[in-house]
Amino acid sequence: MSTITTDDVRHLAQLSNLQLTDEEIAHLQIDLGNILAYIDQLNALDTSGVEPTYQVTGLENVWRSDEVQTSDATRDVLLALAPEAVGNSVKVPQVL
Amino acid sequence: MSAISDIVNAVNSGASSVRTQVEAALARAKSAQQYHALLALTETRALERADEMDERRARGENLGTLAGVPFVVKDNYLAFGAPTTAAAKILENFNAPIQATVVERLEAEGAICIGKANLDAFAHGGSTENSAYGVTYNAHDRTKVAGGSSGGSAVVTALDVVPFALGSDTGGSIRQPASFNGVYGIKPTYGFTSRYGVVAMASSTDVMGCFAKSAGDVELIMKIIAGRDEKDMTTLPDYFVVQEESDPPLKIGLIRETMTDDVDPEVRSITEEYVERLTKAGHTVEEVSMPLAPLALAMYYIIVPAEVSSNLARYDGVRYGRRAEGVKTLAELYGRSRDEGFMTENKRRIMIGSYVLSSGFFDAYYLQAQKARTLLINQFNELFSQYDLLLTPTAPTPAFGVGDNVDDPVKMYLSDVMTVPASLAGIPALNIPAGVSHGGLPVGVQVIAPMREDAKLLAFAKAMEARS
Repeated sequence: MSTITTDDVRHLAQLSNLQLTDEEIAHLQIDLGNILAYIDQLNALDTSGVEPTYQVTGLENVWRSDEVQTSDATRDVLLALAPEAVGNSVKVPQVL
Repeated sequence: MSAISDIVNAVNSGASSVRTQVEAALARAKSAQQYHALLALTETRALERADEMDERRARGENLGTLAGVPFVVKDNYLAFGAPTTAAAKILENFNAPIQATVVERLEAEGAICIGKANLDAFAHGGSTENSAYGVTYNAHDRTKVAGGSSGGSAVVTALDVVPFALGSDTGGSIRQPASFNGVYGIKPTYGFTSRYGVVAMASSTDVMGCFAKSAGDVELIMKIIAGRDEKDMTTLPDYFVVQEESDPPLKIGLIRETMTDDVDPEVRSITEEYVERLTKAGHTVEEVSMPLAPLALAMYYIIVPAEVSSNLARYDGVRYGRRAEGVKTLAELYGRSRDEGFMTENKRRIMIGSYVLSSGFFDAYYLQAQKARTLLINQFNELFSQYDLLLTPTAPTPAFGVGDNVDDPVKMYLSDVMTVPASLAGIPALNIPAGVSHGGLPVGVQVIAPMREDAKLLAFAKAMEARS
C-alpha cells in the first residue's frame, strides 16, 4: 500500500508548503517509499478494542490565572526579528 | 568525583574566580575546534556575567549552587549571547528574544553558558551529520560520528570542555550520543523538565535533559532544572527528590529483544559484563521479554513525523528566520523559504507526517500507532510490576563511521531502536558508560525506570558508579 508516485510526492510537498526541485522529488520518492515500507510493519499488529494514547502522564485541565504578564519579548523586539517590517506590521509579498 | 563541585568549591573558597573558570572553558572549547562540536561561543556575554559574579562575590554575596560552572546548550535552546539556529538555515540569524526556562534556572544558580552545541537540524537525526553547519566528530575517534541529535553537547562533555551540557531527547537524542561518547546522559520522565524556550520537535515525547561525566553531576543538574513551570503546562509538580542511597538489592530485567543477533557482538558482551557487575553488587538480573519492543521504532516514525509536520509549520519565512529572496507571491515565499531553509531529513519527516495525518491514511497509520503505543505502555507496566528497573544496550552499535548511513534514512533510524520505547512511554532512562570496544569506542547501557522514578534511577547509578 505504500507505493509512492512522483505525483504523491508533489501532493505531499504541497500539503507541507515545500517547493521542491525535480531532483529532490526523485530522491524523496525513494526515501519516503522506504520509510513507509518500514512503518507498514505496524499494520500486522492487532489493536482492536485498544484506546489510543495521546498523553502519557495523565495531566488534564491545567489552569493558570488569567493575568497579563510582562515579557522581554516586546513588540519592538519581535518586529525586529521579521525579515521585513513596516511600522507595526510584518511585510509580505502579495497574497494572491 | 564531581567536576561540578570542584569548580563550585574553588570559586566559593576564593581559590579561583568565575572569570578564571569561564576563560579556561573558552580556551578548552577553542582547542577542541577540530571536533566541530560548537556552532558559536557566547564569549562576550559569558565574560560579562563572570565579572559581574566576581564583583558580587567580593561583596560577600552567595552565587548559588552552581557558582561559576560553565556549561553548553544544544543550539535548539533559546539562549542569549549567540543566535539560536537549531542547526538549520531557516533560523540562521535568529536572536532569541527570551531564554529557555531551563537555562534561566541554571543561570539563577550561578552557572554560565559559554556556547551553543551542534545538532542534527531541528534535532532530526542520530549522528549530528544533518546539520546545515557541518558534521560534529566523535570525541574518541574523528572518523566516527558523534551520535545525535545532541551530538555537540555529548562531545564537549566527553572532552571536558565543560562539566555538563544540555540536550533534548525525543527518541534517544541524549542517550545515544552519550553512549557513543562515553558519558552519562539522562532522558527524564516526560514533563519533569520545562520545554519552554526550546525549539519544539515532537511535543508528546520531547524532554530536556543533560550530559555529565558522573551520575552525581547529572543528579545535581536535574535537581535544579526539574519541576513545574507555569510557561509549560505539561510540566509536572516537583517530583524530583534526591535519594541519598539506593536500596539494593534491586530486581532488574534485561530485555531479551534488545540482545538479538542484530546487535553488535561487542555491544552485547559489554552489556553482559555490566550484568555481571550488577550481580556482584547484589542486584538480581533476569532476562525478560518485551515482544513489542521491536515494533516501537515503527510507531515512533509515524507519531513523531506527524508531530514534526505540525511543529515545523511555523517556520514560514514571515515573522522570523530566513526568507527566500526574489519571490513574487506569499505561497512562493512559504514554499521557497522552507525548501531552502530545511535539511533533507527535515523535509522527509515533514512529508511523512503530512502523509500519515492525511485524510484516508490517518486511521491506518497515526491512530494505529497511538493504539500500539498503549499496548507498549501496558507491556512496560507489566514488567515494572515485577522489576524495579529495565536494562538494554543504549544503541545497537558503537559509533558508526562518518558518512556510513547518510543516504539510507531507515538505516539511520535503526540507531534509535533501543531508545524509542522509553520515549513513547514517557518514562525516564539513563545512559551509563559501560565499556569500550576493541576499536576504542565507548559503549553504554540504558537503564529504564518507571514513570517519575528519575531520582531512584540516579541513586542506583551513583551506587554502581561508586563501586567501579
